[in-house]
Amino acid sequence: MITRLLLNGLGGRAWIVLSLLLGLPLLIVLLNLGFPEGSALHVPTYAIALLGKYLCYALLALSVDLVWGYCGILSLGHGAFFSLGGYAMGMYLMRMIGDRGVYANPLLPDFMVFLNWTELPWYWMGFDVAPFAFLMVLVAPGVLAFVFGWFAFRSRVTGVYLSIITQALTYALLLAFFRNDMGFGGNNGLTDFKEILGFDIQADGTRAALFLASAVAVALGYIICRTVVGSRLGKVLIAVRDAESRIRFLGYRVERFKLFVWTLSACMAGVAGALYVPQVGIINPGEFAPANSIEAVIWVAVGGRGTLVGAILGALLVNGAKTYFTAALPDVWLFALGGLFIAVTLFLPKGIIGTFAPRFAGKKMGSGQAEKGVALSEGGEVKPVNASAGE
Amino acid sequence: MEEKATSILYVSGVSVTFDGFRALNNLSLVIKPGEMRAIIGPNGAGKTTMMDVITGKTRCDTGEVYFNGTTDLRVLDEAAIAQLGIGRKFQKPTVFEMHTVFDNLMLALAGDRGVFRTLFGGLTAKGRKRIDEILGIIRLGDLAQTDAGGLSHGQKQWLEIGMLLAQNPKVLLVDEPAAGMTDDETAETAKLLKEITGEHSVIVVEHDMTFVRDLGVKVTVLHEGSVLAEGSLDHVSADQRVIEVYLGR
Repeated sequence: MITRLLLNGLGGRAWIVLSLLLGLPLLIVLLNLGFPEGSALHVPTYAIALLGKYLCYALLALSVDLVWGYCGILSLGHGAFFSLGGYAMGMYLMRMIGDRGVYANPLLPDFMVFLNWTELPWYWMGFDVAPFAFLMVLVAPGVLAFVFGWFAFRSRVTGVYLSIITQALTYALLLAFFRNDMGFGGNNGLTDFKEILGFDIQADGTRAALFLASAVAVALGYIICRTVVGSRLGKVLIAVRDAESRIRFLGYRVERFKLFVWTLSACMAGVAGALYVPQVGIINPGEFAPANSIEAVIWVAVGGRGTLVGAILGALLVNGAKTYFTAALPDVWLFALGGLFIAVTLFLPKGIIGTFAPRFAGKKMGSGQAEKGVALSEGGEVKPVNASAGE
Repeated sequence: MEEKATSILYVSGVSVTFDGFRALNNLSLVIKPGEMRAIIGPNGAGKTTMMDVITGKTRCDTGEVYFNGTTDLRVLDEAAIAQLGIGRKFQKPTVFEMHTVFDNLMLALAGDRGVFRTLFGGLTAKGRKRIDEILGIIRLGDLAQTDAGGLSHGQKQWLEIGMLLAQNPKVLLVDEPAAGMTDDETAETAKLLKEITGEHSVIVVEHDMTFVRDLGVKVTVLHEGSVLAEGSLDHVSADQRVIEVYLGR
């Protein structure tokens, strides 16, 4: 059953995407570790860290596309789930510093010593155990999303109102995490990490491993999303997006479907945040800033909403452009980026994938017949396109 | 009380007020199992509001709405009422335009609507067979893999009727099925609806008098939110008050 579901999700051109997602990073790592510095083929370690960061953004974009592109929930607060996952990872990394901190306290992170705290708060317990901490990467954003979604979807808050509430959610968390007495390092956040799972966090090998882990996470996220949207549930989601009240009259409990996909998406965003933190070396409340969440929506829009591949591509391209513009045009890079967004909205309303390669999006973007056969494979056996038409 | 026990749909003394406007005023209506009923009435008579009340979209201020004589519909939401077996076709055809005709029927097909069942459960052979049958009935077999958005207006109406069939409800509420159809399509639709009755109870709201005549069933005339007259079409069209309402004073 699960295998069939997976095969269904992996039909069509998913293999191309997956090979690229896993092959390219592997190649980059080989070029980084296999060639000495100074060699023409050497990829510098800073580039690995940068690309790893982009991949985390790509996973965040995927999670946004899953709820926005397929279920019509425009979240302007996905940065909240990303950051919570990041904080969970950050707490683990803080505990791993041990007595190597500035104050050499074996139990308390530096900022707590600085605040004259004598005991570890209860919610920091267990974060020195990696499996627990990694579980929290999923649980913290998942629980928040579940509770938030439970109330919002049950009350049938939709459209722009829901977007505004998600924005408020991340802003509220931003303010909360800024407070020192929250016990998350306040303004400075969590930083000065030393090691992860026993490996030096600065070492080239660790960086390469984190980079590859991010690539694998994006690939897994992509497979999960494809599987979900390719299932019967995925069709219900699209129906909710296009005609919410109509699907209710068919007997589907819209709020439950929304809650499922919303929570799944939040967990994915949490994983993205967790992989992001060790690669950039810091997590602070700034990550909760509403602007971050809005940027994630823009990546999806640029790449092509409701295409999954587009979300990945959009995140990589926009962030690449951002890095390039900030270096090449330090004075006007904001205008250059702004110009890019306006150009995409005006000339590519369906995004890059939706406009140039709708076939990569699965069947829901284009009206091309090529992907139609996939839709029929639901019953387990793949039938030719018009099999059901015969009387 | 006996009426209520033997009815499939029992609406009694229902009133609905929107911002002081009385959309339904002490409306009562009893539908028996297997019965087809046509409901006519001028614009604003409360036909759509009545359907909203039955399907859980609108709550009534006073009155009773019972399904099968025992199930109180006033406390259930749309999804629960749909799962009980009350299907609805909207006045403006609303199908899922991004889905194929086949997928539209699949979504409507009676079955488990749980989140995880829909995630892991595929379409059964029986379900596929039923969809093929319905595709034949609604004459869209050749268009099974076309996106519903690309259908003509009449085809969308038929697809929606097909979706109702797939839902296999006990009661069908059909809002203006002939709207925007050609005369031939209208006659075909009437035929189709008559075929359906027997297994299902059907309530048809319609403006088109020829269509209602084609159906040849008991007619209820609504006016200003209550029942004005009830009986055969000939009987009600002879009623002085009905003539006044329709032709003006």
